[in-house]
Amino acid sequence: MLYREAGDFKTSYVADSQTFPIAFDRWRYYAVLAVAFGIIPFLVNDYWANAILVPFLIYAIAAIGLNILTGYCGQVSLGTGGFMAVGAYACFKLMTGFPEVSIVLHIIAAGFITAAVGVFFGLPSLRIKGFYLAVATLAAQFFLVWLFNKVSWFYNYSASGQITAPERDVFGIVVTGPNTEAWAKYLICLVFVTLAAILARNLTRGSLGRQWMAIRDMDIAAEIIGVNPLRAKLTAFAISSFFIGISGALFFAVYLGAIEVGEAFGIQKSFLVLFMIIIGGLGSIFGSFAGAAFLVLLPVVLKLLGVDLFGWPTDIVAHIQLVIVGGLIILFLIVEPHGLAQLWRLAKEKLRLWPFPH
Amino acid sequence: MLDEMQSHVTEDGRTIGGVLMEMRNITLRFGGVVAIKDITFDIREGEIRAIIGPNGAGKSSMLNVISGFYHPQEGEVWFRGHKRPSMKPYQVAHQGIARTFQNIALFEGMSVLDNVMTGRLTHMKAGIFAQALWKGRAEEEEVANREQVEKIIDFLEIQHIRKTPVGRLPYGLKKRVELARALAAEPKLLLLDEPMAGMNVEEKEDMSRFILDVNDEFGTTIALIEHDMGVVMDLSDRVVVMDYGRKIGDGTPDEVRSNQDVIDAYLGVSHD
Repeated sequence: MLYREAGDFKTSYVADSQTFPIAFDRWRYYAVLAVAFGIIPFLVNDYWANAILVPFLIYAIAAIGLNILTGYCGQVSLGTGGFMAVGAYACFKLMTGFPEVSIVLHIIAAGFITAAVGVFFGLPSLRIKGFYLAVATLAAQFFLVWLFNKVSWFYNYSASGQITAPERDVFGIVVTGPNTEAWAKYLICLVFVTLAAILARNLTRGSLGRQWMAIRDMDIAAEIIGVNPLRAKLTAFAISSFFIGISGALFFAVYLGAIEVGEAFGIQKSFLVLFMIIIGGLGSIFGSFAGAAFLVLLPVVLKLLGVDLFGWPTDIVAHIQLVIVGGLIILFLIVEPHGLAQLWRLAKEKLRLWPFPH
Repeated sequence: MLDEMQSHVTEDGRTIGGVLMEMRNITLRFGGVVAIKDITFDIREGEIRAIIGPNGAGKSSMLNVISGFYHPQEGEVWFRGHKRPSMKPYQVAHQGIARTFQNIALFEGMSVLDNVMTGRLTHMKAGIFAQALWKGRAEEEEVANREQVEKIIDFLEIQHIRKTPVGRLPYGLKKRVELARALAAEPKLLLLDEPMAGMNVEEKEDMSRFILDVNDEFGTTIALIEHDMGVVMDLSDRVVVMDYGRKIGDGTPDEVRSNQDVIDAYLGVSHD
């Protein structure tokens, strides 16, 4: 009954173009933020942080990044894992090269470095589209992983070929390394997610976002209207890679602490993030969160149900998970290409008219 | 004749100015096929200029030359007193030329408002960082352009579908939204490729009214391709007639109507 715009009149274009035009939505958004920042940090323990919250937040950033490129600008990319690796290795080199500089600046710088790499691998998009572009970005994925494996400068000539995050703090609170508290890990990821989501929302609702969507929906008409396709596509690659780079840096420095590139950032990672935005919803910031939450929670829930409750063997449960994800991808692509976000939108539309549907 | 006059006032009180765009000896070939052969004509400021001709005469190719999709092998394009170098379509848009398409080319995934706002692109200058921060420059610019867009939405009477995704609209409204998008750019020259194709009489009357109003109120110069002869003769100040890539007639509707070559092209002529 609260959920409607009746009586919620807008008297300026600023009010009309805000992110949550319906008052109820706005309050819910503030409530979620308040719980996320004010309550969860005090409750979170190691299991919740490591199994669910931190990976969810980090994948949400990666999904926002890929959604800008694929969902908003229509350029399919299978290079997400490779770009996350660029963010991770850039962060590692910066952390070890300039230990006196704040880790926050390192993570942001890693984002900018990944943006530059993303632009470089985005250049083929000016000539090729669709499947062919996907294959070109696949080349980026394999090349980058190979590069970080082969050139030992990237992992500081360590014998194992792994990179390990040294201990760093923000305002005296340790956020990387083995001595990190669960709430500190959670909070630093939450800050980056919140900023990423706000920046992504601002970019997609303005002139640049409309240029991307114009390129996605009809590139010829976009060009005739004044969109420079080179600029639009490359900015999409840059901003998308910026977010993916930040998520890679967090994935390495805050979440895992030590990684081996082929294992952490292989082709599976690219597909995982792509599945997140397909299930969550292409062209939607909320969808990025929904998809990340779904694919992070699914294995946890299945393990709880299958292994702990029914006592099935672990490998069977792992196979069931693959079957479910595969089935869901097909289902969503056929039935609801706009994913969970669209189901959410439809539910809201129904709710707005409830209980009188006309 | 018209060419000697710098500017004059029409019977219905509109001012027609000097030459806005001039096509000089344009020849366009695709491999061995000659789509346009040595065509010269001009478009004056403030007039409605029609390009007509049977199917395959090269009308759409001519529009594509003007909007920068095709680059003619020979000839020169002059716009506002300057010879235009070879340009990409988006650069042409920034010069102040907007167009609509024969088959509707709207952004189906976006709302009507976003579609029309995209048309304001050439007027929006905020950089990436300003847009990412939103508050301040980007927001001011968004609101200022929104006001202009709302004027056009009012003008074309599409207020009620402002927030509707374009994909859900019927054909006639889509055509109108496409006109709104082109108008949002505040073009100096508006190109309309068959604005009334596939419409019923009522929709055609609406569209004709909008075209005349746009020309009258905004003073926009319009070049249009249309097959409905009644509409063309009523709307336009001057008509170019093309056939097989050549120009066979040019002048006021009355002059064109009585031109023997034009009559032959449309009605056919016996070859004996």
